[in-house]
Amino acid sequence: MLSEITQCPEETYVFTQTKVSDLLEELFEKYPLLKEKNFQVAQNCKIINAESIIKETEIALLPPFAGG
Amino acid sequence: MKKHNCIKNIFRTGAISSEFIGNAIAKHQSKTTIGAHQIFLGQVRADEIEGKKVSAIAYTAYEEMANAKMHEIRETTFSKYNLTCMHIYHSLGTVKAGEICLFVFVSSPRRKECFKAIEFVVEEIKKEVAIFGKEIFEDQTHQWKVNS
Repeated sequence: MLSEITQCPEETYVFTQTKVSDLLEELFEKYPLLKEKNFQVAQNCKIINAESIIKETEIALLPPFAGG
Repeated sequence: MKKHNCIKNIFRTGAISSEFIGNAIAKHQSKTTIGAHQIFLGQVRADEIEGKKVSAIAYTAYEEMANAKMHEIRETTFSKYNLTCMHIYHSLGTVKAGEICLFVFVSSPRRKECFKAIEFVVEEIKKEVAIFGKEIFEDQTHQWKVNS
């Protein structure tokens, strides 16, 4: 769903001491349509919130779940 | 004894066949402490949305996270209910309307535990596991499914 907007499955960013909200700001600037989407953010397979600090790791944007 | 401590892969490519489900049941005949099984099957519904009919759902997942979460749900379920065993499979890729995309199978010495456990597991999967579904219409357009 979200990669339909970004047209790519993953990207690499280099940050120091960055919060999730800062990353989102950057992404929204690059991909304005993302703002209209509902998604959660995960770091190392755990859901995190906007205030969480990003570590050197994989961050995933997760659209709503639809299993079952 | 902990029988469920390694992370399993719940995903299978394509629909879950009735043979696969039948075989899973047959495999439990040797486990004679079991007195009750409960099975939940999720089937793809041909919903009609704004005049267009869903012909299939294409499933994807954030597999690493989904399997880790499923492991957590499995552990919680075993700690809450007296179960002998539990098996969970979910499809990836295209599953046509009418086909099975989710198979949850719990077994216990007694029925009441099974009834409660299966509801808990299915609800947790729907809410917590990172699986995504693209509803494909008969005209090949699509929309993303959201669990209610």
